[in-house]
Amino acid sequence: MDTLILKMRDITKLFPGVKALDNVNIEVTEGQIHAICGENGAGKSTLMNVLSGIYPYGTYAGDIIYQGETCAFHDIKDSEKVGIAIIHQELALVPYLSIAENMFLGNEQATSGVINWDLTNQKAAQYMKMVGLHDNPRTLIKDIGMGKQQLVEIAKALAKNVKLLILDEPTSSLNESDAKKLLDLLLQFKKEKGITSILISHKLNELVYCADKITIIRDGQAIDTLVKGVDDFSEPRIIKGMVGREMTNRFPPREHNIGDVALETKQWTVYHPLYADKKVVDDVSITVHQGEVVGIAGLIGAGRTELAMSLFGKAYGKHISGELLLHGQPVELHSVAQAISAGLAYVTEDRKGNGLIVSDSIKHNITLARPEFISTHGVLDKDLETHKAKEIKEKLNIKATSVEQLVNNLSGGNQQKVLVGKWIFAEPEILLLDEPTRGIDVGAKFEIYQIINHLVAQGKAVLMISSELPELLGMCDRIYVMNESRIINELPIQDASQEKIMGYIMQDSNKGEISA
Amino acid sequence: MNKVAKLKGTGKSFKGNIRQYSMLIALVIIIIFFQILTGGRLLYPMNVSNIVFQNAYVVILATGMLLCILTGGNIDLAVGSVVAVVSACAGTFIITWGWNVYLSIALCLLIGILIGMWQGFWIAYVKIPPFIVTLAGMLIFRGLCLLILNGLTLAPFPDEYLMFSTGFFAKDAKILIWGTKVNIVCLISGVAIALIFCILQLITRKNRIRKGYAVDPVWMMTTKMIIISAALIFFFTLLAQYQGIPTVLALLGIILVAYSFFTNNTVMGRHIYALGGNEKAARLSGIKTQRLMFFAYTNMGFLAGVAGLVFAARLNSASPLAGKSFELDAIGACFIGGASAYGGTGTIGGALVGALIMGVLNNGMSIMGINSNTQQVVKGMVVLAAVALDVVSKMDFSLFNRRKKNIAFEAKS
Repeated sequence: MDTLILKMRDITKLFPGVKALDNVNIEVTEGQIHAICGENGAGKSTLMNVLSGIYPYGTYAGDIIYQGETCAFHDIKDSEKVGIAIIHQELALVPYLSIAENMFLGNEQATSGVINWDLTNQKAAQYMKMVGLHDNPRTLIKDIGMGKQQLVEIAKALAKNVKLLILDEPTSSLNESDAKKLLDLLLQFKKEKGITSILISHKLNELVYCADKITIIRDGQAIDTLVKGVDDFSEPRIIKGMVGREMTNRFPPREHNIGDVALETKQWTVYHPLYADKKVVDDVSITVHQGEVVGIAGLIGAGRTELAMSLFGKAYGKHISGELLLHGQPVELHSVAQAISAGLAYVTEDRKGNGLIVSDSIKHNITLARPEFISTHGVLDKDLETHKAKEIKEKLNIKATSVEQLVNNLSGGNQQKVLVGKWIFAEPEILLLDEPTRGIDVGAKFEIYQIINHLVAQGKAVLMISSELPELLGMCDRIYVMNESRIINELPIQDASQEKIMGYIMQDSNKGEISA
Repeated sequence: MNKVAKLKGTGKSFKGNIRQYSMLIALVIIIIFFQILTGGRLLYPMNVSNIVFQNAYVVILATGMLLCILTGGNIDLAVGSVVAVVSACAGTFIITWGWNVYLSIALCLLIGILIGMWQGFWIAYVKIPPFIVTLAGMLIFRGLCLLILNGLTLAPFPDEYLMFSTGFFAKDAKILIWGTKVNIVCLISGVAIALIFCILQLITRKNRIRKGYAVDPVWMMTTKMIIISAALIFFFTLLAQYQGIPTVLALLGIILVAYSFFTNNTVMGRHIYALGGNEKAARLSGIKTQRLMFFAYTNMGFLAGVAGLVFAARLNSASPLAGKSFELDAIGACFIGGASAYGGTGTIGGALVGALIMGVLNNGMSIMGINSNTQQVVKGMVVLAAVALDVVSKMDFSLFNRRKKNIAFEAKS
């Protein structure tokens, strides 16, 4: 029997109102590549944050047994000390420092606080060679591409004498040849140095290519562990594990009364605000009818949020082209204010960052998008504001002592209800909902679903972006599948299934890679 | 049930306001403290008038500064220099060129607004950090002031202009009450203002009841009315025993009421708070954030212009050194008064209280003959203490405690 380098036993991690991890058990064999996969929000990153000490010991339940010893990491330094290194999806490099400086950041080659630059650069060059990077160690990080930056991160981990390397979606921003290079590097480390890796990825073909074991996580639980050469190690098997869950009574029933077209786009194309030649939304033509819930499925980074925000008064993107029709009339919305008065509402996926003013009261948040409803000639009627906010609070069942309460002090589910309430107050005809149930518990989710049903029953049109496929299947009348900036498929709900949607996405991703 | 919820609600908002009240209480304590230490000289009628004159410009500047700070903790370092430029212009127009006083005042205010627009343009539309734009402005406008005055001081202003700052309303309307000469206009004004305040409160309450909205309990409203009326009448009685109402006090009153109304009761005021609270959320709510930023700094320029005119009249001269380090007094007043260094919270009332705390400290220490070097140390400590209170009160103690627990656990094992 191979030796275990890491055993995570009964790991449970609670966030306010949500069980992010529920008694997860994982055993990683020394010298293997262990893959972890699951849907967005299944708990993969949370698990890795627990392992690396980002969520310190004591904030979760369960044991981490590493090289035979139970560990209590209080921060990331503790885990680094024993040879665990985590490389995040968002790289943690300082753009205006050189490769060598970044590589030894926090681990400076210094005597009595004075840095030995010759040693630093020489050592950096040595580790860079190991990862196949032949640039000058004095090159600034901002001047090298994403693929090379990823390699710098790995070299940085090697410099810390890593034994267990954790990579969180390392290839999500790489092109095919860079991704292949990276995976081959992991295989090479495994063979030559016996370095163990934990690889988190959405790209199933990559996992099948290089992993020895795959653990599938779903809803915070470790569902399956597949071993290469023993179990069925194919993509369809993995997809089934990722999505297969029970779906009884999680969605309130709704009558389907579909009316005229409320929103239509023709050849909608949006470019990235910074990288002028990168299309984030490519030739998208969609329709949403009154009384209809239309879903957009896709992976993170597929361009769904960018699509919704660009429709919302060009709140995102540059060089937006294409046509937007509301209720059959072509419109030009140049600002968010125009979009709001045209009857659009965008409920953001990031409620704390983009949606709410958490340091302010519930009532001020609710009325923020449409102060004209509670004012005359620019002067607020504060009593009317309180009154209207109370109505929304009661309608959406927001649990708070009063509408004066600060949003900061509410649970995630109630904050989400305030956010939805803010846009219901704005009396829109068309709602763009971006991950409307992210990070809230099942009960609050059900209430949000009821609100959505109530809105469409009134004849409003809803475009819903969600990374949770069961939610789209349970709520929508129609689903568009989006991948790599394009709509690749449209499915009436009768024809849609999780396997089909995931299949389309995987197929499309692979196709793109072959041609590249 | 309903009643319990309501009570809880007021409890929350009371807790939210406690910081503003705590600064008000601090002001009262400081006043009593110096009243004792100076042997009662602090509240001499003449000295009270003096405090008004000495701090009028700080209060005006703090009002403008508060709006800038609300937009996201942004400060304006140039206000002292703008005060200097505007007073230099006033001196040139009125003293050197002998222009009409009212025309000159209007021109000076316009210059203030133009300077504000200049800074607002770079900050809002070119997106240069306010700190840098206003640091540059501090040098540019101080330099312009020196150029205009050629390094010299212009004096004196005509009486017509001085009325603007150092004059009193109906100075001679005095009668004898209990052996003291008091200004009857001032006394009546004080009572009238207190009465108007109470009547407005009652009307609002009546309207709320009629529309079926919740109102404060009667005892709470009565207490509030009594305390505020008493404070107003006390203040005006002191003024009445000297020369009456300073004209600059009326100007201050108008500015404070107007800007309180603006920040509390208008859509634009609400938008400024939203911008400081969460800029991205504000933008996605259809708020034109650039325009607001531009407005905040343009307004700061306007109010710096007003302060410049007031200050020139008080000095009775246009001096190249006018307004040195006024920006720090104004910023300090806002932060002492509870404005957040990150934006989004703060009130005009708070800024007023902050300015008064600084003003009374200055005045009290001067009367006691404490040297000005020590005074600076004390003022610095007060600003630091006030902001520290703000930061500490927002600290997440649950996190702190958990960490301590962890450390304890580690020590055991």
